[in-house]
Amino acid sequence: MNALSLRNLRKTYNNGFEALKGIDLDVEAGDFFALLGPNGAGKSTAIGIISSLVNESSGSVSIFGHDLRRERAKAKSCIGLVPQEVNFNQFDTVKSILLNQAGYYGTPRKLALQRTEYCLKQMDLWDKRDTVSRRLSGGMKRRVMIARALVHAPKLLILDEPTAGVDIEIRRSMWQMMQEVNQQGTTIILTTHYLEEAESLCRNIAIINHGKIVENSDMASLLARLHIEHFVLDLARPIAAAPVIEGCQIERVTDKTLNVAVPKEHSLNTLFSQLSAQNIEVTSLKNKTNRLEQLFMDLIDSNPTGSKATGDKS
Amino acid sequence: MNYSIAFRTIVTKEILRFIRIWPQTLLPPAITTALYFLIFGKLIGDRIGTISGASYMDYIVPGIILMSVISHSYANVVSSFYSTKFQRNIEELLVAPIPNWVILGGYVSGGIIRGLLVGVVVALISLLFTDITVNNIAITLSIAALTATVFSLAGFINAILAESFDDISIIPNFVLTPLSYLGGVFYSVNMLPDFWQIISKGNPILYMINAFRYGLIGVTDVDIQMTFIITGGFILTLTLFSLYLLHKGIGIKN
Repeated sequence: MNALSLRNLRKTYNNGFEALKGIDLDVEAGDFFALLGPNGAGKSTAIGIISSLVNESSGSVSIFGHDLRRERAKAKSCIGLVPQEVNFNQFDTVKSILLNQAGYYGTPRKLALQRTEYCLKQMDLWDKRDTVSRRLSGGMKRRVMIARALVHAPKLLILDEPTAGVDIEIRRSMWQMMQEVNQQGTTIILTTHYLEEAESLCRNIAIINHGKIVENSDMASLLARLHIEHFVLDLARPIAAAPVIEGCQIERVTDKTLNVAVPKEHSLNTLFSQLSAQNIEVTSLKNKTNRLEQLFMDLIDSNPTGSKATGDKS
Repeated sequence: MNYSIAFRTIVTKEILRFIRIWPQTLLPPAITTALYFLIFGKLIGDRIGTISGASYMDYIVPGIILMSVISHSYANVVSSFYSTKFQRNIEELLVAPIPNWVILGGYVSGGIIRGLLVGVVVALISLLFTDITVNNIAITLSIAALTATVFSLAGFINAILAESFDDISIIPNFVLTPLSYLGGVFYSVNMLPDFWQIISKGNPILYMINAFRYGLIGVTDVDIQMTFIITGGFILTLTLFSLYLLHKGIGIKN
């Protein structure tokens, strides 16, 4: 069953800007799905329509089989939203934010109290339950928004850049929380500008650009399309010039650092043998860029106006 | 889906909000109206004599109570709902499976409760200055509740259409306050020249204040039935307009 189905979804704002140009998208139940795109591509508009914050111009949205127009309450009951910006009442305590949210979804008081305790403990916020929310740190506020989105036990959790602006330690703990939530059966749709985040967490991915889906695939297939990988090599001894190795592009960055572009068919073992033969000893190696980031930039650059739209899932 | 829980959640949230900030919401009307009663009712009123057989103090008490009900029911909804918009926690309500009528009902109920609570506070303050025997309890309570409903709905519409904090103070300052003062709080409309009597009778607040005055002290310048028709008409019109705005997402959605 699909957790989410979008059909020919279009949105034109009052100023004439066409944010969505008829997108089709399916997200399977249980998936951890990445919806990526540059700023202004249409991600937030799409999420706004799915979560009823933006009125669509045309097209349909179905959530777990419930049409958002015809079965509005049932469709909305399935969704939990973590927005980009903090949007809870900053004068409320953490506990009352979650209890109110549960109430909006018709959760009886006793169950709401149980769910609130469970979600706050899951997000490591239970000891902050009586704290007025404006006194929380940025990372805690983000976790409050995730706990709030989970308090009515949604089947579909939408995370709109949930880790923007938080430090790496909190980001990693949030990744772990998201994975746990997904493993418990909640479908997750994630938008993020941290492509490393999408690559490590998500199984399927759609890339949106200029209001169109320009890529829709599973992560493994997408990454398999990379023909060339870029590495940074640290050398044991300084070299005067970049070595020449057939099939690879090598650039000398400093006297002890090289950038190497290696085609997929060229094994790293061969590369190291060829470097050793030239008396170059490599002490460490790392990816120059995140693999998904490289693909993402290729796709965005090749679709400057969204002309190569491919809505199909491969 | 149990909408009564969502409704209760919004109403409870609203009540807790104005109770939490009671120095801003419940205390000022007590002080302001005590001064009204002292200055206009006691010091000046004793020299004015009676109006329609009632002492001046007794005459102004109903108008001051209802004026407080009007301003506070309006202020509660306009400030609360606009703050909800401004802080973007309106999104909590829009994402949740709550029908528009529940959102409207919740906020308007909060406004009615605060308006009536302030009315009770002002009535208690008035008892320090005069003894009032209620003439007709049903009319008194129903007019107070209907008036609070009208102005809670009006506050809701103002909040939806407002784009800045300035926009939520324009109507109270430049429309509600003048209409309340010109609605016969401090005088009988019969004391005005004919032309101004006709103009005054275009002011709906005049009907509400006089009907409320009739309920409390049995004195009125207007037909009580007309007051019920006017307030009922306003409630129906404002409710339909509020629901239309919510349905279209005007002022709250992109």
